Amino acid sequence: MALSGVEIFKHLPKTNCKKCGHPTCLAFAMKLAAKQASLDACPDASEDAKKILGESAAPPIRGITLGLGDKAVKVGEEICLFRHDKKFFNPNVFAVAIKASEAGDAAAKKIDAVKHSEIDRVGQKLRVDAIAVTDEGGDAAKFASVVKQVVDGAPGVPIILVSKIPATIEAGIAHCADKRPLIYAATAENAEAMAKIAKEKKASLAIAADGLDALTALSEKVKALGVDDLVLDSGARKVKDMIEHYTIIRRAAIKKNFKPLGYPIIAFAGRDNAVSETMAAAIGTMKYASIIILNNVEKWKMLALLSLRQNIYTDPQVPMQVAQNVYKVGDAKDTSPLMITTNFSLSYFIVRGEVENSKVPAWLAVMDNEGLSVLTAWAAGKFTAGKIAAFITESGVEKTIKHKELIIPGYVAILSGALEEKLPGWKITVGPREANGLPSFLKGRA
Amino acid sequence: MALVIPKESYSGKIYNVTLGTGAKAVTIGGASALPYLTFEGTFPNRPAVALEVTDIAPDDWPETVKKAVSGAASNPVQWAKFCQQSGADVVALRLIGTHPDQQNKSADEAAKIAAEVAAAIDIPLIILGSGHVEKDTQVLQAAAAATRGKNCTIGKAVEENYKTIAAAAMANDHKLIAMSQLDVNLAKQLNILLSQMGFDKERIIMDPMSSALGYGLEYTYSVMERIRQAALLQNDPMMQTPVVCDIGANVWKVKETMAADAEVPEWGGLEDRALAWEAITASAMITAGADMLIMRHPGAAAKTKELIAELMG
Ligand code: B12
Ligand code: SF4
Repeated sequence: MALSGVEIFKHLPKTNCKKCGHPTCLAFAMKLAAKQASLDACPDASEDAKKILGESAAPPIRGITLGLGDKAVKVGEEICLFRHDKKFFNPNVFAVAIKASEAGDAAAKKIDAVKHSEIDRVGQKLRVDAIAVTDEGGDAAKFASVVKQVVDGAPGVPIILVSKIPATIEAGIAHCADKRPLIYAATAENAEAMAKIAKEKKASLAIAADGLDALTALSEKVKALGVDDLVLDSGARKVKDMIEHYTIIRRAAIKKNFKPLGYPIIAFAGRDNAVSETMAAAIGTMKYASIIILNNVEKWKMLALLSLRQNIYTDPQVPMQVAQNVYKVGDAKDTSPLMITTNFSLSYFIVRGEVENSKVPAWLAVMDNEGLSVLTAWAAGKFTAGKIAAFITESGVEKTIKHKELIIPGYVAILSGALEEKLPGWKITVGPREANGLPSFLKGRA
Repeated sequence: MALVIPKESYSGKIYNVTLGTGAKAVTIGGASALPYLTFEGTFPNRPAVALEVTDIAPDDWPETVKKAVSGAASNPVQWAKFCQQSGADVVALRLIGTHPDQQNKSADEAAKIAAEVAAAIDIPLIILGSGHVEKDTQVLQAAAAATRGKNCTIGKAVEENYKTIAAAAMANDHKLIAMSQLDVNLAKQLNILLSQMGFDKERIIMDPMSSALGYGLEYTYSVMERIRQAALLQNDPMMQTPVVCDIGANVWKVKETMAADAEVPEWGGLEDRALAWEAITASAMITAGADMLIMRHPGAAAKTKELIAELMG
């Protein structure tokens, strides 16, 4: 039986010491009840509490954090199979693989690509999250030299150490032991040695097996060796196997609370063909992979994958939105043009971006339409002449600017007559339909 | 602890719908489990990939995709043949020239083009109107009559005009695309209305309304996942029609498929970026259960077919 937040709260220390990362014991109890936190995070929980809360104190999929500081990334702690059931919480990590054989210039290029991978999309800063140093030849010294190159070249970026040879991992981890790396991988053959390194260096440990039965057995074995922070690789490389294995893992964890598979999944999407690699990584993003390793991180590839991840991980109940306000774009003066759009983040950021592109300083009035796009809000009766007029009047923009001209989106040109009636003294100008028409439209007026 | 594979028990199944005639006819649908879970169901048919052709040379397609259809775009018959050679399973002819804001071509002119295109290819043909609610009724009626016997797919019937368009499909033995706006209940409602007028639900293909990667894709994705769950787990006969996603029209109007390299250096090269945009949009729709896609870029379509082949195992 799952316990409610209040029932769990009764068993916590009630000191609100915040060590668990939550403001109060009650807040932490709520997270536990939602299966989004683990009791381990409270260092002061009594042995009694641990016993009583037992299973209900651990999320069905364990949360794992890679790295430290502001570039650290957390995966796992998901609670549903379909985003419409609730939402997907911790976006998957994209990591680029750097082979030991790429030591030197090739590695430097990839490190540079990671460092300059940040894009701004709908107000979020997105980037390649991690780097996986991979060993194929078993040359431990070379492997370690690439790890060092990564630690020095991309400070703070979480590291994944990929080798099945314990001595190689040991050589590599010497350069990043205090940085919470992920080790890949323990197998049936090397489990003891890998578990020992992971425990000593406080690293999380991926386990790799061929198929789900072998993975289950290995998971229990490594857990018994005392490693808690595991990541799973079932050996799936073809997209069909990825969907099937990952669905079974996620279902077993969430619907059956099957502990051996209650960990995040790591996927290797690398392909010779860059588009195929992007598609395989897309499948991983949608179907439950938490860490996705890519061979290369071309800018166009990351733009597509990070956009997909953003789509899949947004809250299906609450569209991304911005605050209602009259925003100043560039060095707008009281004579600069005034435009209106809705507070759907996507609409706002697209329009704002194009106004910035135009280099024409302007005012952008953003009206609260519960996060609906211009046309959707219009169709839903939330972006009507009456409501826009009330918003403009109440916004106080008339005090900020000297003129009385409002530019409306081209798709709602139909509103212009009614708006002129509702906003006496104002001139309503119909702008272009698509925001990308704004630069020439604005420059043409200036 | 041994792993017991947690299986769903499905009571429903997607209808098989056959498009076209002869050796190159295509059957879609038939799935008896959520997408590609072969450990608990069967997938007798692979999703079909249609390439889009327009009746008049498109003026709003970005250069990247225009270039990809080479010089063929000025002649719908040549273009349809080009699509067939490029490996498309189906051709989708969109009669955009009939829109009053475009060339306002007559229903008869459109029907003539539809018949010519149908005669020039031996793969199945989808005939789409321009999306103008009133004009589409005349255009699709004429086009349906002109292609009688070809087992085409006519669309899109929407709430406001479904009666006439469904009647045209019925009278000429075609299949029908029924489109609703990103809403599970509206999709079901339209299928019910069609059934009530005597249209065989096993001849309908549902269009839940597509959107592009980065521009509402998640809405289409989740609506499709919910439609599949209703069809298979709740055994709702009104949700068991195959699903088509008309993605090209959405993808090739967003900035990511148009902006020059110099304008957005942080987005990478336009050619790769634009192709990936359509290919990844397609991947998402396939993952959510699409039985057919309407695409524009032959290169993106080819990659999508590769993905489908890998998914079907
Ligand atoms: C996703 C979506 C939804 C989502 C909502 C997403 C959201 N947060 O808004 C959901 C599923 C909830 C939805 C619901 C509905 N939707 Co809807 N939806 C869409 C869809 C697919 C994409 C919308 C989107 O995100 N666009 C992207 C944003 C950025 O666009 P935008 O805000 O319009 O901004 C662009 C331009 O307007 C311009 N712009 C914006 N601001 C400004 C400002 C200035 C000054 C200028 C010059 C330009 C400019 O720049 C932007 C980019 O170029 C569109 C179809 C489509 N492909 O466009 C239909 C669409 C908007 N929906 C439509 C409808 C009818 C509805 C419903 C009424 C359906 C129904 N019967 O239930 C409901 C209403 C909602 C409600 N009752 O709450 C219709 C509107 C028809 C019309 N012309 O009026 C559309 C066009 C679909 C269609 N073809 O029929 N929808
Ligand atoms: S760490 Fe424990 S005691 Fe401290 S606030 Fe969190 S739950 Fe309460």
